[in-house]
Amino acid sequence: MELIKRALAEGRKPDLQALVDAIPYCRFLGIKVDRKGTELTTILRFSDKLIGNPILPALHGGVVGAFLEVTAVIQLMLEVESEDLPKPVDIGIDYLRSGRPVDTYARAIITKHGRRVCNVRAEAWQDEHTRPIAALHGHFLIKPKDGDST
Amino acid sequence: MAPVNAVRTVAAFDNLSPLQSAPRRMSDVPPQPPAQQAGFILAGVPHAAALRLTIIDVKPGEAVCKVPFAAHLVGNPDTGVVHGGVITALLDNACGIAVGSKTGLQGRIATLDLRIDYMKPATPGEDVLAFAECYKVTRHIAFVRGVAYHTDRADPIATCAAAFMLGAAKGPSRPGGAR
Repeated sequence: MELIKRALAEGRKPDLQALVDAIPYCRFLGIKVDRKGTELTTILRFSDKLIGNPILPALHGGVVGAFLEVTAVIQLMLEVESEDLPKPVDIGIDYLRSGRPVDTYARAIITKHGRRVCNVRAEAWQDEHTRPIAALHGHFLIKPKDGDST
Repeated sequence: MAPVNAVRTVAAFDNLSPLQSAPRRMSDVPPQPPAQQAGFILAGVPHAAALRLTIIDVKPGEAVCKVPFAAHLVGNPDTGVVHGGVITALLDNACGIAVGSKTGLQGRIATLDLRIDYMKPATPGEDVLAFAECYKVTRHIAFVRGVAYHTDRADPIATCAAAFMLGAAKGPSRPGGAR
């Protein structure tokens, strides 16, 4: 993405909110980024279109999964030098509690930073950080700055 | 035909009392034809409606769903490739319908875990389909596998394996639950 390449060329990190806003699907979901230094929290603003179970009501499992995936990608963009958006290779999502119709927050940590592949874990919560609603672990393919594809 | 079926599905959701307790044994589950019918958008599920998710085919234990390509689903504006999250939502929903059609527990199942392998990016501009198969049901858990593709299931965009909790969604005031 142009936005990423320009930031890398200028030797800085891309503006992560601008990056998220440049991705149509993230705008559709309503994802915001709260960055305090190296600490990053993503916010999924609640809207009715995110509901997957109207009886409870509860957030759609796919929405929660997508939000965690975006959180992992944003964390990688902060910590890892990649010329393009990291691509998911595989992800596993544990659904721990039903997502209520309120704002949801998430944070990710990179557990292993390889040359081509990174392992990431992410957790989403609503009221209490200690009561996560879902957790993700996944592998993401990154594109190193030198363009080395080996 | 489509609107009639859509209304029927919403009504099926309404009939589920939040206080109704979950069946204790699989034999307690009343035999039920698949409540969802092919060929209409899942009007009772707001996020499915937002994705314009359509059921193409459903029979007990199997479902085929489609999300038509749309500009707001793009994950990389340079390439126009649909975001992985859309595939996640499509597979989750298709798996849920496959479980619902096998157990008759639509609306009262919850995803426990969902694992997805991404094989290749979706082709920009093309609709994405998902086939899901519920291949095992135990007392509390249903096991499902699924595949997302454009035209050929043998050439997958992504595959998934999922486990669902049966009779999980009992109502808004679940003691010890998220609230």
